[in-house]
Amino acid sequence: MTHFTKLLSASMLALTASMASAQTDITVAIQLEPPNLDPTGGAAQAIDSVLYSNVFEGLTRFMADGSVVAGLAKSWDISDDGLTYTFMLNEGVMFHDGTDMNADDVKFSLDRARADDSTNAQKGLFADIADVTVVDPLTVQVTLAQPNGSFLFNMAWGDAVIVAPESIETIASNPIGTGAFAFSDWVQGDRLELVRNDAYWGDAPALESATFRFISDPTAAFAAVMAEDVDAFVGFPAPENLPQFEADPRFQVLVGNTEGETILSMNNQMPPFDNVLVRQAVSLAIDRQAIIDGAMFGYGTPIGTHFAPHNPNYVDLIANSAHNPDRARELLAEAGFADGFTTTLKLPPPSYARRGGEIIAAQLREVGITAEITNLEWAQWLEEVFKAKDFGMSIVSHTEPMDLGIYANPNYYFQYDNIVFQAVMDKLNATTDLAMRSELMAAAQTIISEDYVNGYLFQLAVPTVAKAGLNGLWLDQPTAAVDLTGVSWSE
Amino acid sequence: MIRYAGKRLLSLVLSLITASIVIFAVIEVIPGDPASFMLGVNARADTLEALRDQMGLNDPLHVRYFNWVTGMLTGDFGTSWTYKTPVVDLVNDRIWVSLPLAVYALILSTLIAFPAGIIAASRRGGPADMSIMGATQLGVAIPNFWFAMILVLIFAINLRWFSAGGFPGWDNPALAIKSLTLPAIALALPQAAILARVMRSSLLDTLGEDYIRTARAKGLTRRQALWRHAVRNALIPVLTIIGLQFSFLLAGGIIIEQVFFLPGLGRLIFQSISGRDLIVVESVVMLLVFVVIVVNFAVDIAYGAVDPRLRSKS
Repeated sequence: MTHFTKLLSASMLALTASMASAQTDITVAIQLEPPNLDPTGGAAQAIDSVLYSNVFEGLTRFMADGSVVAGLAKSWDISDDGLTYTFMLNEGVMFHDGTDMNADDVKFSLDRARADDSTNAQKGLFADIADVTVVDPLTVQVTLAQPNGSFLFNMAWGDAVIVAPESIETIASNPIGTGAFAFSDWVQGDRLELVRNDAYWGDAPALESATFRFISDPTAAFAAVMAEDVDAFVGFPAPENLPQFEADPRFQVLVGNTEGETILSMNNQMPPFDNVLVRQAVSLAIDRQAIIDGAMFGYGTPIGTHFAPHNPNYVDLIANSAHNPDRARELLAEAGFADGFTTTLKLPPPSYARRGGEIIAAQLREVGITAEITNLEWAQWLEEVFKAKDFGMSIVSHTEPMDLGIYANPNYYFQYDNIVFQAVMDKLNATTDLAMRSELMAAAQTIISEDYVNGYLFQLAVPTVAKAGLNGLWLDQPTAAVDLTGVSWSE
Repeated sequence: MIRYAGKRLLSLVLSLITASIVIFAVIEVIPGDPASFMLGVNARADTLEALRDQMGLNDPLHVRYFNWVTGMLTGDFGTSWTYKTPVVDLVNDRIWVSLPLAVYALILSTLIAFPAGIIAASRRGGPADMSIMGATQLGVAIPNFWFAMILVLIFAINLRWFSAGGFPGWDNPALAIKSLTLPAIALALPQAAILARVMRSSLLDTLGEDYIRTARAKGLTRRQALWRHAVRNALIPVLTIIGLQFSFLLAGGIIIEQVFFLPGLGRLIFQSISGRDLIVVESVVMLLVFVVIVVNFAVDIAYGAVDPRLRSKS
């Protein structure tokens, strides 16, 4: 008996000892697997989710609150005409293959992204660059063709990270960056592993290794978290299960904002949506809160324009399209559609669109508009709606940060063509003065709100379920990223 | 025999050619441009054009078909557009999940179905028969993905005996087999239910044959006659079903692989279709067709070898 007691207390001691030293590995689940590991050659958000800031870094970077701060460039000078940016690079930065990161690599990366044969999904970010010059190994000068107020912001995107020239051939399967974690292994279809980069130029992360797993099925996601197979699930796909996790002391639930303005887009060139009265009627027929409650289980912030509510420059314009079905019917009658009309509502796969679409169709029926629902796969949606513009209405979350510019492009799929708005955006792009920019952004938001270009629904929320002892995960998602550099376990 | 085999071989080649044309045509008409899928909504027209050129999407249809087929004949199944890895490597990784899973499920289902079918047949009409037939009725009716979820709920979430899904790889065979256990059970039970019913009715048929009566007349007990003569003869239709089930298990694990997030062939096809990674879909489906056709060919030849009547009929 005494032996047994000794053994028991010894093993208890061992157990507490092992518990006292904090865990240094993590298993994070996300919904989609990156198709490849080149953030500069594809649009898939999953690439950034895994690699942004962990493996790859740019001249500037996004923080969790969406602000843009210094990255590989420790500082910069902007010439008075706003055309020349001189970046001073951090010293002692090395790629994971052991080579130095210097001004030549910056020039290579920017030139590659804007080259004629570039397959960068956000090539527009680099459109204003006229020339990139290496001044010395730690100084690089970027000359713009015209002033661009969002240039530093653009350089923070995952598509603008600095890559190693010698790694380009194999970047899709073996990414070499400068980040705090180095790529270690990828078992396609199952998991991707990162290890701490001991030669990292910045602050060393608390974690020694990280594993990403890819689980898209909501039921499987629930099971994986409940069985504690994963430590955190960023972008948990089953919002209906969140209350259960909230009530469980083993877990914490973080519901943050994304840059995803979810809109009921309307084909502005196609009758009857070329009539602003019709678009206004559609906007007033929608009950935003009912959609958020019904389709998103209450997670999401209503919006009245195409702008993120957590951005300091956001203007609250929800009142413009407050739910008012009676007024909507009047407007329809005024536009000559007293008996309503029939149109198409083409929905991509995400649940906000599929569930939201059913609710919106029911709300539109109340005012006499019949929306015929078609469910599309993403590839079909891109072909039919985005490219061929063969649609009446659609529901999409526009997840790119600061994407007001799409309203200035008359060829963008909802085809809004307003010279006044385009002039405001041109001015905004050429302005670097912050107060002035703020004013112009407010003006732009107001124009598209009062023109009822689209039905502005809500800012997409991103739920993260994590084990209770995990700290430092991003709450909001200013860009698709699971930044692990600041993540740690409490002891 | 050579003439018979030659004819079978000719029909194998014709089937493969037809299959390749059908697969290529069906997949090419699916709407959705792979390049715009990969580059997303902010891509510029010149970027899309550059990518399409890289992927060979600007070549005429017949050129692409010809390149694909001749590539396969030389063992080159193309390179995945999204993964940017040779399709052969992708298949090579995934097959070591799907194939063991199918074999595991088949072994389980046979181990369950054989005794169940034999007991039911030998105690026809008794309570054992009734309860086994009731259970198989349920087994046939329950969808395997639902059964999979129930297994996860009980054994992964509540009891914590197994992980909820994923596959650790074959470095540690014990762990690998453990992670395939719940999926294999989920796949096996509905198959076992079907197999048990086939086993029972096939046994009942043979039990009514003259040779069984002769065996009983010679003085064998009912049990001796069953084991010595009936079971072996009843196996032929059962083996045919097992063969069919195997190809179903190999290609049809798609939903189970999704529920347990296993990196298998089914999930590869599923992801490739939604990602418009056409070359992967085409090549993997063609590979599966090839396997099924070749297995059928081998079975045909084997039948011909054992049964002379088939040879003369052809």
